[in-house]
Amino acid sequence: MENSITISAQELVKEFHTSRGDIRAVDRISLSVCQGETYGLIGPDGAGKSTTIRVILGLLNRSQGRSSVLGFDSQNRPYQIRERVGYIAQQFGLPSDLTVQENLQFFADIHNVSRTDQLKRIPSLLDFAGLSEYQKRPAGKLSGGMKKKLALACSLVHEPQVLLLDEPTLGVDPISRREFWNMLSNLRAEKGLSIFVATPYMDEAERCNHVGLIYQGRLIASGTPAQIKKKVPGHMLEFTPSAMNACLKLLQPLPGVLEVQTYGTAVHLLVDDAGLRRSQVQAAMAAQSVQWSGMREIQIRMEEAFIYLIRRQEAQNGC
Amino acid sequence: MDVDSTLSASGGISPDKSHPIIVENLTRKFGDFTAVDQISFFVRKGEVFGWLGPNGAGKTTTIRMLLGLLKPTEGRMRVLQIDPVTQAKALHARVGYMSQTFTLYNDLTALENIRFYGKVYGLAGDRLRQRQRDILQMANLEGREHTLTANLSGGWKQRLALGCAIIHQPDVIFLDEPTAGVDPISRREFWQLIYHMAGMGVTVLVTTHYMDEAELCQRVGFISHGRLIALDTPERLKIDQMRGQVLEINTPMPEKALRVLQLAQFSGRLPLDEVALYGAQIHAVLPEGSAQIKDIEKILTDENIQVHGLEWIAPTLEDVFISAVKG
Amino acid sequence: MLASLHRIAALTRKEMAQLWRDTRLLLLILFLPIMLLFLFAYAVTLTVDHLPTAVADQSHDERSRDFIQTLVNSGYFDQTLVLQNEQELVQALDSGQVKAGILIPPNFSEQVSRRNGRALILLDGSDSFTVQSGFNAASALSQKYSYDLQARSVQAGRQTELPIITSSRVLYNPDMNDMVFILPGLVGMLVQNIIVAYASMAIVRERELGIMEQILVTPARPAEMVISKLIPGTIIAMIDMAIVLTLGIFWFGIPMHGSIGLFSILALIFIMAYMGLGLIISTVAKTQRQAQQISVLLLLVGLLLTGFIFPRTSMPVWTQAIGDLIPLTYFVRISRDIISKGLSFEYMWKDALILAVYALVSVTLASLFFKKRLD
Repeated sequence: MENSITISAQELVKEFHTSRGDIRAVDRISLSVCQGETYGLIGPDGAGKSTTIRVILGLLNRSQGRSSVLGFDSQNRPYQIRERVGYIAQQFGLPSDLTVQENLQFFADIHNVSRTDQLKRIPSLLDFAGLSEYQKRPAGKLSGGMKKKLALACSLVHEPQVLLLDEPTLGVDPISRREFWNMLSNLRAEKGLSIFVATPYMDEAERCNHVGLIYQGRLIASGTPAQIKKKVPGHMLEFTPSAMNACLKLLQPLPGVLEVQTYGTAVHLLVDDAGLRRSQVQAAMAAQSVQWSGMREIQIRMEEAFIYLIRRQEAQNGC
Repeated sequence: MDVDSTLSASGGISPDKSHPIIVENLTRKFGDFTAVDQISFFVRKGEVFGWLGPNGAGKTTTIRMLLGLLKPTEGRMRVLQIDPVTQAKALHARVGYMSQTFTLYNDLTALENIRFYGKVYGLAGDRLRQRQRDILQMANLEGREHTLTANLSGGWKQRLALGCAIIHQPDVIFLDEPTAGVDPISRREFWQLIYHMAGMGVTVLVTTHYMDEAELCQRVGFISHGRLIALDTPERLKIDQMRGQVLEINTPMPEKALRVLQLAQFSGRLPLDEVALYGAQIHAVLPEGSAQIKDIEKILTDENIQVHGLEWIAPTLEDVFISAVKG
Repeated sequence: MLASLHRIAALTRKEMAQLWRDTRLLLLILFLPIMLLFLFAYAVTLTVDHLPTAVADQSHDERSRDFIQTLVNSGYFDQTLVLQNEQELVQALDSGQVKAGILIPPNFSEQVSRRNGRALILLDGSDSFTVQSGFNAASALSQKYSYDLQARSVQAGRQTELPIITSSRVLYNPDMNDMVFILPGLVGMLVQNIIVAYASMAIVRERELGIMEQILVTPARPAEMVISKLIPGTIIAMIDMAIVLTLGIFWFGIPMHGSIGLFSILALIFIMAYMGLGLIISTVAKTQRQAQQISVLLLLVGLLLTGFIFPRTSMPVWTQAIGDLIPLTYFVRISRDIISKGLSFEYMWKDALILAVYALVSVTLASLFFKKRLD
């Protein structure tokens, strides 16, 4: 496995000038993706994920900074990039009147894939995507999950080295979503493909080697999923109180409590030291006659890490 | 309207007539297509009930029937002891609905939207003014009431939409994909609101396709292709519905390891249900009772692949859902 | 270069397949011209006949009765009311009971023999078509009698003298067959609508559905995408034109005096000009709705200002200037020149040149606007 960098961005900035003023959709983002890596750009709607991908692909002009794919600059050499990457747009659309087979042929032709190569690749791509029996079906008549798989197949027909996917599993049923990610997993294992995924789903971070958490245009954290979770300096205690509001009030001022989050009927308490604070918290609740049940230490999840990091960022900005 | 005492729900528990939502054998067909297929369940008062399934599974159709907006093909329902089919209007006065596509008017201010919905629900005078204040406070919009709705960010809009849906203090609220696309902090705050309302006795039915969000509910129903395939607390679902165990394999050569394991799976040497890359690790799903850790380790080390760790991990709700659907 | 042609071929194939399978669009494109053609032919009449007419014959002699009979026999006037004098005629017109009134003063026969015959026709001034055809009909007919015909337009009790109007169509259209007048322009008009609709709506729809973005991230260049959309649109337009012309000539019996070859070539240039315009609209319009609205605007301008129906010479200069911006204006002239007048190229080279320049400029602009980026 080579360690060359396939996608890179340095201090990338994208500003939009609207009637309501200037909006910085991408605010000094720097990232790099190595060959064979799966990189996840994770963040909620409006965080700047799509804009980032589009700037990297040269679909949007950048305002400042630089970015490149496989060494080709996004702004100056967009066609060289497009010949070598596969892309699924967020509002991806495939010509719905063309059949599955015709769609694959169309994208192959556009990429100048020779007929001989097409004859080899298209059947195997159909098989890979589980669409062999739907060859003759118009793309418009496929289910949501199948459409995404077709889009993936079409993006692979010219054997790209890099794949960029913008929210590929949005609204897709869980089984198709799992199958889709397994397909990506196979691509990584068999072809060493570099994959860049933008997604709002925190749990998809677990499937990436490298993750960037993006919020309001900025990367608030970057690293492996484990590294990001470690950025949260503490341990997470979970328990279910009988009276939520009373409980929240008394927890805040306690020493060693870094953060209090609600989780349905439960409380997720971030403390600096689990062993020490556990008994202290229990005592504090007993003093106020707040009942509780099921206290245990749990793994910090990506979503909690995200929340912690956002709050820390906002505290730093003095919000 | 009296509830038929022969109504029963899945899970083997008979619903109490006083339960705010009772559904039996609910079915809805559109021509040949069955959107909702013989669904039965009930929701207790003050419960936060989750309806989990992908888009197109039948969640929105079910809600529409419960609201009396769509007639069922078969089956019966009672919401607050009212039959939605015949007495929809009486129902609407006591039920709130926040739809998937927010029904907020973007060119009105927050306050104007609240006032509009208040009036639509028949509130007036002092009561209207009081509720306006309540909603602004609950949604943390004090100070922002004169902002144009179009200029509010996702999290605020959500809370505003919720506020508009409950301005008439309903006893039951239906929330259809309420936190789609919203940032995690806003989502947590939104759920705090939901639990606050549940604490005051409001019954909440939420639909979502987010696995993470389903875990926040007290009870969750899995719905797939119009059928209810499982219904229980998230905890019990993970225990009862999961067929198999999940093994996490830590190795410095995950890609090669995957290829090796897939070969073993294909040739039948290893009874793996699934094996795939998860970041830098591999997750393998094995059938119950086949503690094959040693075998797996051997297969990998035979190919000169180092193994740093092998451990069983807890399944996620997604694992459970997939397992339940396939099973 | 070869790669480029390859891509254009691939794109064109996709466009044609999509068009072929989009039944709604296809029906629109193929049947709309036929429908409009028949609509214009049978429903829309520019000349109005069988006008309900009130007659006040104050002579009651042979000549006056003869005159009235001639007017009635022509089919343009139907005698529906008999009145006594001018005031009553005016009242009848104002009340809407009749659309025309004929007044023949006393001693008509005597005056005619002294070559001094006079008659008065009053026409409903609120309906300009009525006025026009009523006047033309009456004056043409009264020529035979060499009567000094006074004609006035009546509106709300006020009467205004009618100016003398000459119409070029009478010259080449002695039977005043409307279709001969309309068809050449209609051919161009239909093409305009269809092309603009196809280019702007089909393309904008593609963008809305996100297909455009997906194709943008391929090696396809904007110019290639533009060309691939020109080709199917052009083919359709040519087919439409052929349909309309064939129907016009064989069904409606319009004589084709000029060369079909010349017509086809100039039609092709005209189509290109419009395709370019349609493509530009597609890059400018953000939604399908906007594209439709712009198309409707063009339709209106096409109907009113290009000389298709209403003669341009009687328009004020500024409206003529607007009409000058639309390719249809030039094509209407060319079309009439070839079909109705049978003229050769030397009479229309200026208009043809303008169309060619228009085509070149619009297609180039479309390529430039068709960006390889989203912003």
